[in-house]
Amino acid sequence: MTEFLNQYGALLVQGTLETLYMTGFATLFAYVLGLPMGVLLTVTKEGSIAAAPRFHAAFGWIVNLLRSLPFIILMFFIIPLTRLIAGTSIGATAALVPLTLSAAPFVARMVEQSLSEVDGGVIEAAKCMGATRMQIILRVLLVESVPSLLRGLSISIITILGYTAITGSVGAGGLGNLAYRFGFQRYQTDVMYATVLILLILVCVVQIFFDITAKKADKRNR
Amino acid sequence: MIEIKNLTKIFQDKTQTVTALQDVSLSIEAGDVFGIIGMSGAGKSTLLRCLSLLEQPSSGEILLGGADLAAMSGSELRKARRKMGVVFQGYHLLMQKTVLENVAFPLLLEKGADKRKARERAAQLLELVGLADKAKAYPAQLSGGQKQRVAIARALATDPEILLCDEPTSALDPMTTKAMLALLEEINRKMGVTILIITHEIAVVSAICKHVAVIGEGRVAEQGEVEQVLHNPQSETARMLLREWRERM
Repeated sequence: MTEFLNQYGALLVQGTLETLYMTGFATLFAYVLGLPMGVLLTVTKEGSIAAAPRFHAAFGWIVNLLRSLPFIILMFFIIPLTRLIAGTSIGATAALVPLTLSAAPFVARMVEQSLSEVDGGVIEAAKCMGATRMQIILRVLLVESVPSLLRGLSISIITILGYTAITGSVGAGGLGNLAYRFGFQRYQTDVMYATVLILLILVCVVQIFFDITAKKADKRNR
Repeated sequence: MIEIKNLTKIFQDKTQTVTALQDVSLSIEAGDVFGIIGMSGAGKSTLLRCLSLLEQPSSGEILLGGADLAAMSGSELRKARRKMGVVFQGYHLLMQKTVLENVAFPLLLEKGADKRKARERAAQLLELVGLADKAKAYPAQLSGGQKQRVAIARALATDPEILLCDEPTSALDPMTTKAMLALLEEINRKMGVTILIITHEIAVVSAICKHVAVIGEGRVAEQGEVEQVLHNPQSETARMLLREWRERM
């Protein structure tokens, strides 16, 4: 055990940090893009506060199209774009481009799902008080759905964490890279097990943390 | 004073056309407690949704202080809406905000609203509805009657001229209903707010309303002083509602 840690400890720590780096920033950027997209999907729905059924259908179609592209294909497909944005197509930072682009439509759907849980009556009440659409979005929709948004965030993070393993196998670093290089290419199953264990722990930590936070944030159950 | 002139609402989709309201005209004096009664499906709720402009009337006018709400849109309508408080049957409170924040909410929608003043005003209103001790509670911790009181306080926050109440007691038990009606009466008396109550219960009308309109099949069957309508009903709809009420008593 000690021998194993001496030999691979530094690599595992570095891999973990790279994975956390990719997951963290990809999640952040995916929400920067996906949150407004989700809001847009919600408010343009028929009967909603900025109903535009045709736009909604077209936009929904684009989101679905992006989501239907398997991540590994999207990753190769957009290499020119990745070079343009990140300056390179190799490494953890470059991986953020396909990660973000792939996760954003996913996030958009998660956000849409959360916002649609907000009681329509509350939105009507806000309308009756003279709230503008922007106020309804910022002070009613996004506030009332915080617990659900947090639960969605945990699912998004875990999904993105899974994607980072794929980017790792093609040179982005991280735990996926370790598992691939040592575990798969060199038959070093102990390294493979270690990465699996770390990933498992990361997923559990994220899940438990957000379960608790969402529960704490939700004022409906006290 | 609020005046409804020839209000008609027609719902139309691909397969059918439903006339929910036809040529409804009502005149509600300032300071009145006005009841609108009818059975389920008579068009009461549609009327309230039209009055609060949640539904755009197909034709007709809704005059509040002489200005036609039905012809307004955008910021003009938003401004006019602040003269009207709406209390919903299902309360529709913000579940993630405290009672005090709920009541202060409409005040904070105004540009450059003073947060401290809004909170002070909200606290006063909570005092008025008898919930000062629940300011920091969340709606989920309240009973139905308490939630309705918060909804009333919230509707009063912008100092409206008229309070529209949609079946404000139908989800409450008889004791709570009594207390709620007493509160509405007190608000009418103390603040001079005109109150319009939509209900299917004669008991509510006879308890606090001065005037009443009976709605049946989307039309005004009759209207007048409560005494007169209850003791000498002219329309079949009114007679039916009264008969049903007496049977239950």
